[in-house]
Amino acid sequence: MTGAPHAVTAAQLGLASCHDCGLVQRLGGADQGRCPRCHALVTLRKPNSLTRTWAFLIAAVLLYPLANLLPIMHSGTLFSAQDDTIMSGIAYLWETGSWPLALVVFVASVLVPLLKIIALAWLALSVGRRAKRRRHERTRLYRLVELVGRWSMLDIFVVTLLSALVQLSSFAQVTVGPGAPAFAGVVVLTMLAAHSFDPRLIWDNAGRDD
Amino acid sequence: MKTLLACPHCDLLQYETSLPPQATARCARCAAPLYRRVKSGHERTLAYVAAAAVCFVLANVFPLVALEASGQRNSTTLLGAIADLLGQDMELVAGLVFVTIWLAPLLQLAGLAYVLLARLQARRAAAEIVVLRLLAAIRPWSMVEVFVLGTLVALAKLVHMAQVVPGVALWSLAGLMGLLAAALNTFDEHAYWRTAAGADAGDAPAGAVRAE
Ligand SMILES: [Zn+2]
Ligand SMILES: [Zn+2]
Repeated sequence: MTGAPHAVTAAQLGLASCHDCGLVQRLGGADQGRCPRCHALVTLRKPNSLTRTWAFLIAAVLLYPLANLLPIMHSGTLFSAQDDTIMSGIAYLWETGSWPLALVVFVASVLVPLLKIIALAWLALSVGRRAKRRRHERTRLYRLVELVGRWSMLDIFVVTLLSALVQLSSFAQVTVGPGAPAFAGVVVLTMLAAHSFDPRLIWDNAGRDD
Repeated sequence: MKTLLACPHCDLLQYETSLPPQATARCARCAAPLYRRVKSGHERTLAYVAAAAVCFVLANVFPLVALEASGQRNSTTLLGAIADLLGQDMELVAGLVFVTIWLAPLLQLAGLAYVLLARLQARRAAAEIVVLRLLAAIRPWSMVEVFVLGTLVALAKLVHMAQVVPGVALWSLAGLMGLLAAALNTFDEHAYWRTAAGADAGDAPAGAVRAE
């Protein structure tokens, strides 16, 4: 723990901290400046944080059904052809007895993107309404969202490998389906949404005793 | 004089204090990690970076996985798998995979080596500040560990159709994953910023706010 001089925020003293190097500095009346240490653009809060977060989130929500309904992978042999969505790929793992991996893929591909969208929407809504409750929980939730988002890329890597390995063989063919770019889009958009959200907004109306 | 810090997650102002070895300072209000004291020297981190670079080369030279079925053998390399996506007109996915498992880790290794090699000679690299900022920006997009898990899932799906032979590149990628994490864990960005060019050692640059 570092010692807190008072329960006072940088913004309350007219100070901004550099997003890149952390240097605390005075903006001198302007709403943005250049960091004297690392030359990054310094603003009091991430610019247009809520608008940008919502924009990325809405785009992710629009893509989400496509990512889940369109086939992410097409596989065919001489005798059969099959389209696989994210869910049917998980079902295949489950049925063939790899249920620990089925669980991992379910969490990474289905649960994480969904919960991430819900969590970020809740955070953005609560900040928009200037909510005062559950600040600690909301900040912790934001950190969790930032931490786990990357794992949703799992299925993209799986289909990449499957198609590269099986495509040239004589016994079967696997090609990547249109669900893959849609799913990759959801992952990238939710990562950008999380990146655009400024967790300091959660605390901006906190009193001294919060 | 003490240095003021503002928590990146709740903006609470607090003084920087010295830490016991390997401790992490957390925000007094929201518990966000603020800075760490890392048991390291530049040599140790550089050793991890060098070993990780060897793994990166091996991961690109050797096949990742091979499939054997009815006397036929197919294998793919890391870049081969990405080229295959391009062949299927999946440019966006190919680009994303290329950035997350090839370009980002490579830039991380190059950036760390660039900063560390200069510091080992007790000087600061000319573009140290740009590279430090780049390293922070790249970090969320470097996904070697997710790819390693993805390989395991792909193997689990294939064992029912054909004989699967994990290649040298797969073990190298696992090594790269561990070594890159170790390098980043022993790399104390906060300390580098404190002494980055523009700041004289132990003193803050112009514009920094100090407690009276
Ligand atoms: Zn800065
Ligand atoms: Zn905090």
